[in-house]
Amino acid sequence: MATTQVVRSEWTKIRSVASTVWTLSLVVVVTVALGMLISALSKNEFDSMGAQQRAEFDPTFISFAGMSLGQLAMIVFGVLVVSNEYSTGMIRTSLAAVPQRGSFLFSKIAVASGLALLVGLVTSFAAFFLGQAMLGEHRAEIGDPGVLRAVVGGGLYMALIAMFSMGVAAMLRSPMLSLGILMPFFFLISSILGNVDATKKVGRFLPDQAGSKIMQVVTPIDDDTPYGPWGGLGIMGLWVLAALIGGYVLLKKRDA
Amino acid sequence: MIELEGLTKRYGEKVAVNNLSFTVRPGIVTGFLGPNGAGKSTTMRMILGLDHPTAGDVRIDGKHYQQLKDPLTYIGALLEAKAWHGGRTAYNHLLCLAQSNGIPRSRVREVLETVGLTAVAKKKTKGFSMGMGQRLGIAAALLGDPRILMFDEPVNGLDPEGIHWIRTLMKSLAAQGRTVFVSSHLMSEMALTAEHLVVIGQGRLLADTSMADFIARNSRSYVRVRSPQRERLLDVLHQAGIVAVESGEGVLEVDGGKAEHVGELAAQHGITLHELSPQQASLEEAFMRLTAGSVEYHAHSGTSPEPSGQQWGDGWKRG
Repeated sequence: MATTQVVRSEWTKIRSVASTVWTLSLVVVVTVALGMLISALSKNEFDSMGAQQRAEFDPTFISFAGMSLGQLAMIVFGVLVVSNEYSTGMIRTSLAAVPQRGSFLFSKIAVASGLALLVGLVTSFAAFFLGQAMLGEHRAEIGDPGVLRAVVGGGLYMALIAMFSMGVAAMLRSPMLSLGILMPFFFLISSILGNVDATKKVGRFLPDQAGSKIMQVVTPIDDDTPYGPWGGLGIMGLWVLAALIGGYVLLKKRDA
Repeated sequence: MIELEGLTKRYGEKVAVNNLSFTVRPGIVTGFLGPNGAGKSTTMRMILGLDHPTAGDVRIDGKHYQQLKDPLTYIGALLEAKAWHGGRTAYNHLLCLAQSNGIPRSRVREVLETVGLTAVAKKKTKGFSMGMGQRLGIAAALLGDPRILMFDEPVNGLDPEGIHWIRTLMKSLAAQGRTVFVSSHLMSEMALTAEHLVVIGQGRLLADTSMADFIARNSRSYVRVRSPQRERLLDVLHQAGIVAVESGEGVLEVDGGKAEHVGELAAQHGITLHELSPQQASLEEAFMRLTAGSVEYHAHSGTSPEPSGQQWGDGWKRG
């Protein structure tokens, strides 16, 4: 079974369902719009900030504020790409056509991740430039140290979120169950664990907490995070790897 | 050719498929018959490598399904119910399958034409009727122009015209030398299409026989005769060399006899007849008798057939 055949097939699958278009459009619109809004609000607040807050003011990171919500659409995208196969019964047709289950799953994930990366990068750059426009005189430039890394990293972060969701969906199969776990986790639980002092030390190793470090340009003053931007993204990568391996092992073992 | 050898599937304590061994040969339609829940679909899923057998082996042209390069070009299958994304158009559904097996795009149009779905090729499949869905499933099975075709309950939900179409299609596929394996829970349906018959009940093989044999063994034809002058009639028939059996309530059964002949004899001898009717024991009855002991879900209505002796059919049972 030529992998290129399977990849081409998965591309046809992904481009021929409506959910791809609406989830990815939502990613762009929500992330950019919310980022612009928060950037505009931050600009107005700047004057009333104390010295420390001003020193920690990170215009790049602020313009990515919309990602906390936009990533939820990315999660929906990742979950649906995989779990649609199960909820529609397509999985039996798919595996009859491509009985090499690893080839099937990883071609699907490769195609969907490529698309998520592309949309993630577009989103990230749009969120940055439009966000900076809102920030006026407090803005960062793309040529400033660390800024380009943060913007490209934003796209990578989005792609990894989608991949993590695909792995989880491959394990759980049900779209409702997958979304029911992932959405509250990334929207609430993770940020609570990452910000409450008691759980902070553990919480910052969660995929989104670690991964979003890549989008920070200005490090907070009393920051004791034990990893840097790429280290954080690496931790997130490990989570993704674990989810994908889990998904593959279960797919391989289970009856379709 | 599909070869099953000791194929077994257990779900926990429950045995869905129990040590099945049989061969599906090319050039004929092989019917796969059994009551609902007998394990037909499970068996077909194992043939396609979708479900892992607990024990035993199944091979397609000597290979395991996973070893087939571009499997849709070896074996095409119509699975039960709809197995596709309703938001995708019929054309795109078939296209993604074609691409995964290196089948040219032009073939998608061809099979859509074959099953009569060209007009709705660009429509989302969620709006399809059951019959259209079956046609799309069959289009997917035909896509790779495979030598082996497998249909799970293909006539389900089809209108009479669609049923006729499927029967003709299956026969013509077999006539082209292909292997056609079709499941059904209806004996009458099988009698019309299948040349060979594999019957299972509760996952076990009950029969593996040619349809002609099955009919010969199970559809006894006879003439039912009632007469107030029973003794005289018996004598007359005996003299004419016709064997008649009494079956109670003054009824005579004349095996293999012609109703006309019996009627003429009676008239010649001035015997009054109250009934003279040709009878045929239905295949459906034979099938129900065969599987009675192994039906998963009985309707306890009192009219259900009595389980016959479990040795019934042993004569032509395999192994």
